[in-house]
Amino acid sequence: MIINYGYKDGSGEYFIVIDTARCNGCGACVTACPAGVLEMTTEFDPDTLEDMVIPHLTEEHAKKIKYSCAPCKPGQDMAGSSEAVVPPCVLACQPQAMTHSW
Amino acid sequence: MAEEKKEFWRWPEYRRTVPGKDWKGAQVITAGVDVGSVSSKTAIMVDGELYAYAIMRTGSSSAGSAEKVTNWALEGTGLTIKDIHYTVGTGYGRVNVPFAQRAITEIACHARGANFIWGPTVRTVLDMGGQDCKAIQCDSKGKVTNFLMNDKCAAGTGRGMEVFADLLNVPIEEVGPRSFEIDEEPEPVSSTCVVFAKTEAVGLLRAGWPTEKVLAAYTAAMAERVVDLLNRVGVEKDFVITGGISKNIGVVRRLEKRLGFQALPMKPEFDPMIAGSIGAALFAKALYEKGQ
Amino acid sequence: MAVAGIDVGAKYAKAVILKDGQPEILSKGIAPCGFDLKEAVEAAFQQALSEAKLSRDEIKYVVATGASLEAVPFANDSVSMQGADARGAHFLFPSVRTVIDIGAEMGRAARCDATGKMVDFVINERCAAGAGAFLEAMARALEVKLEEMGPLSLEADKSPPMNAQCTIFAESEVVTLIHEGESKKNIIRALHDAIAERNISMVRRLGIEKDVALVGGLAKNAGFVDAMKRGLEMDILVPEEPLFVGALGAALIAAEKSAG
Repeated sequence: MIINYGYKDGSGEYFIVIDTARCNGCGACVTACPAGVLEMTTEFDPDTLEDMVIPHLTEEHAKKIKYSCAPCKPGQDMAGSSEAVVPPCVLACQPQAMTHSW
Repeated sequence: MAEEKKEFWRWPEYRRTVPGKDWKGAQVITAGVDVGSVSSKTAIMVDGELYAYAIMRTGSSSAGSAEKVTNWALEGTGLTIKDIHYTVGTGYGRVNVPFAQRAITEIACHARGANFIWGPTVRTVLDMGGQDCKAIQCDSKGKVTNFLMNDKCAAGTGRGMEVFADLLNVPIEEVGPRSFEIDEEPEPVSSTCVVFAKTEAVGLLRAGWPTEKVLAAYTAAMAERVVDLLNRVGVEKDFVITGGISKNIGVVRRLEKRLGFQALPMKPEFDPMIAGSIGAALFAKALYEKGQ
Repeated sequence: MAVAGIDVGAKYAKAVILKDGQPEILSKGIAPCGFDLKEAVEAAFQQALSEAKLSRDEIKYVVATGASLEAVPFANDSVSMQGADARGAHFLFPSVRTVIDIGAEMGRAARCDATGKMVDFVINERCAAGAGAFLEAMARALEVKLEEMGPLSLEADKSPPMNAQCTIFAESEVVTLIHEGESKKNIIRALHDAIAERNISMVRRLGIEKDVALVGGLAKNAGFVDAMKRGLEMDILVPEEPLFVGALGAALIAAEKSAG
């Protein structure tokens, strides 16, 4: 299952996307995040009827990741803007289960 | 102090026992309790078929609301909470249904419930509630394959619609029909921020636009906004809409036009508001059977 | 000889007239933006002209800035808002290297060099929660005058946490907080902290170099200035007339362009 955490508002789209089929519940992304945006949680898997362990956004940051994630994304929509930098949470994910939409 | 707002959509509180169904001789009796920020719903299922349900407004305590709505659903059936084999709780945020054996997220329950109500051809579910907007893609078994939920921004929620209706002094249930009383479909208002859309609307009214044309421009903006969100998870037929917005034809028709296909019509015997609680009750049955 | 700068914002049109040569501010004009922006621009310009006792033909060069440049058809040239902000703020405070401009509908920050030339910028737009529109909507919900919001926030004894990040949802949350018995002052303080936090995050992306100046409509709000100072953990320079900095910057650029 693909989970799109985050939001779209008047100023843009800010989604952190997790592919639960690839996620192994290791929590490396949580550790890698300097801002405390992520934490591990459980999500019901209707196939196994068990819970799977996956990351989600903390309540504190869920509705403002545009701002919370900004320190890891220097140079975006700024005058001398270069390509997007890959944030540490995405880099830390070995199974490549996580991407950012911005 | 600002007055209490009226209900976004005036839905009645009610309970119903499905005629012709009985629980005697049943193998599995389960309950799905869906406590939302605005409404609470309980569905009672007997061997995987809908038996009874109730919908009421959520009070100040979600635990209290869960108990109240469940007792109401059971009223007159001869059953009590103690007779339920397995209860699953769901709803907004970390839900507190004290008598539930398990809590499952509302997305999974919603998809499962939509699959039950409309059948295995459903692939995309759009749910627009009072304070959030959910886009869900599921497979033929009602299992979620992709989803997003937007509860940060009011654009694309019932609240965003209500604020606009208030600004234009149009009762919310008239927004849809009146948005079609126009000669020609106008351009949507350009911003997707309700606050700025309001400012734009005031400007349009001053420029002489009739209210109906402004309604058309705003419902179009909302439809565009929703299509954007749907495209992120992928929209496929069959497509269904639940939540208050399903009753706003101004948004629904413009949305269907942009998608190029129509949503499945509502099923009269299954109030779409109980999709989540039905899904929860079905998961309850599966979990009970697994436990045996 | 005189030159003029015109800044068409979301809420106000501003005009500044400068005497050429050793630039000297001669006059200012301001008019609220109604539906017709050209009218607002004319009104602001006329106001500045009459205060300076000049006629239109005596203005040698006009530079426009702001979101709606088409409302200034008589402009000789235009400049970006962040460029105008940088020049204007630097003229008032030569030590400034970072300028933060929060207006009615958008916020922006610019970095400038020692000459006041803008070198980098970041914009926060199209979501009302980061700009003046947020506080205006909250003032309405709380039935408080907009001018009172700042002073009231300074009288708070705590800042209750707020969940909503959208102006519309915040309105409902404010109503709920009032029903729960929270004081208006504390709520107003939380609102100021929230909007400051959003803008500080934006500025941090740019990188902050002292000295920092705050301009635009929200700089007139003492509560907001206080929240920004606390959040940035540094002192901030605020001009006496924060609304005119953009127009001033545009006028300074007009002076340069007409000379060279």
